[in-house]
Amino acid sequence: MSVLVILEQRGGVLNRMGFETLGGAARLSEALGVPLEAAILGDGLGDLPQQVARYGLAKVYAVEHALLAQYTADGYTQAAEQLIRASKPALVLFPHTYQARDWAPKLATRFGCWLISDVVDARVEAGEMCFVRQLFQGKWNADICAPTGSLQFASLQAGAFRAAEAVEAAGEVAAFAVTLEAAAIRGKPEESFREAQRSVDLSSAERIVAVGRGIKEKENIALAQQLAQAMGAELAASRPICDNGWLPMERQVGSSGQTVAPKLYLALGISGAIQHLVGMKGAKTVVAINTDASAPIFEIADYGVVGDLFQVAPALIDQIKKAKA
Amino acid sequence: MKIIVCVKQVPARDSVLRVRPDGKWVEESDVNFEINEPDAYALEEGLQLRDAAGGEVVVLCAGAERAISSIREALAKGADRGIHITLAGDAVPDPLATARLLASAIQGESPDLILTGLQSDDLGFGQTGVVMAELLGLAHASIIMQVEVAGGGLKVKRELEDGWFQYVSLPLPALLTIQSGIKKLRYATLMGIKKAKSKPVQGIDGAGGATFEARPEAALPIRRVYPPQRSKQIQMLTGAPEQVAAQLLEKLRFEARVL
Repeated sequence: MSVLVILEQRGGVLNRMGFETLGGAARLSEALGVPLEAAILGDGLGDLPQQVARYGLAKVYAVEHALLAQYTADGYTQAAEQLIRASKPALVLFPHTYQARDWAPKLATRFGCWLISDVVDARVEAGEMCFVRQLFQGKWNADICAPTGSLQFASLQAGAFRAAEAVEAAGEVAAFAVTLEAAAIRGKPEESFREAQRSVDLSSAERIVAVGRGIKEKENIALAQQLAQAMGAELAASRPICDNGWLPMERQVGSSGQTVAPKLYLALGISGAIQHLVGMKGAKTVVAINTDASAPIFEIADYGVVGDLFQVAPALIDQIKKAKA
Repeated sequence: MKIIVCVKQVPARDSVLRVRPDGKWVEESDVNFEINEPDAYALEEGLQLRDAAGGEVVVLCAGAERAISSIREALAKGADRGIHITLAGDAVPDPLATARLLASAIQGESPDLILTGLQSDDLGFGQTGVVMAELLGLAHASIIMQVEVAGGGLKVKRELEDGWFQYVSLPLPALLTIQSGIKKLRYATLMGIKKAKSKPVQGIDGAGGATFEARPEAALPIRRVYPPQRSKQIQMLTGAPEQVAAQLLEKLRFEARVL
């Protein structure tokens, strides 16, 4: 019995969300009184397993195979299934990445389980593991509890757990040999690529005015543009705005867009779904203007206005201009 | 090409949600329902693929009686027929239970392609499609932004994090989970709405299905739902727009010093 964290690496570099998953996993392994183990899948991992073994782990499985050189759901699932059947963990954890979303549910299904995905907090109480996750795009939280005796799979959200830190004593590194069939790998992936050189680098912007669904129509983007100009800010948007083609994709902030950390982030009509929040949580000061008082953006804002952005934004522009004059 | 599009009916985005007396879910009697937005994009992709290659689009939905309105909406937009797995009672099925229900209905249909949205706006587990593919023994790809039918298979564009993408080739039959924004959504026309009324919808009794009987724990083990705690101390600014604007600028200049 153990808590097993399945980490994600690309080109021998660990996805940094993995350290947070290890941090959350350490808490759970302690509460459950079982050792903390990790697995890294790939080919030619080098000394990555040895490095990871210093992050409070009892054991790191290096799962190497030529067919794991590039990620495929079929290859990874076959390999991890063999590891889990052999090592018999009590809990299997993943960083909640797009890649984990692609294969962790498939893996869980093989054990008659499902993935408790996108977890923001976890604890052990009264013989149960309780996972906190969001519902309704972040409007609510839910406690999902399962008995500690049964195998569970969960993925941990970015920014929700304190990252593990390296310690003096390193855990054991063990090679775990897997048998994989090339014919069973159906998806043929090509190299990943970026669409085009980004002409906008929002990550270095000091101030950002971001618009969401609350802007309602394409024509209204101009209002946000004026406010951004008055404030000396870059204009950004949440996903639906870019999906609609109202602003180019390169101005999207969130898990599928850019990650930003400006001094000031002014969110106009953005509800604050987790996919957006992970891209802007690093902002120093967050202002939220939204008609819905229960919008999750208010949970992370420093200043909030429950009101109509079509009234508040023009008033802001007016007063900034006056102050400058 | 025979395409099955799985759609879920979820509380409308602008719904004011109230906790049910048992504390475990929303009070459904006072919300409006709509097609889960990512599923609407899956439907759009399915319709466009059919329009280009011929074949049919079957819309499949597991949900309470009320979910028939979402099936009709999909039919009005151009789906050819519907399958409604009716769920009764208060229990919210877990993703594995939902996937099993949907997969059992799909098995008899032998489609070439199954599409779902990448996640639901209510539960947001983001896995029903991936689990279904595993149950049906099909190849899958998730968070898809582009679908091309090529050489008896598919070439799809997967969205990765941070602005990265990847093309993946898959054999058919396959399952794809579709990302919002893949295509521009169509509206139902008046003619479409009229036609939808006469399109066939097959009903399957979900409660009588094997899911909950074989796996009584298949109800989602939600202990309680509650509003999240604010992680920051927020200052709410109130008053007329001019007053709010003045207060905000004052705070940004002299308190936060970011302007």
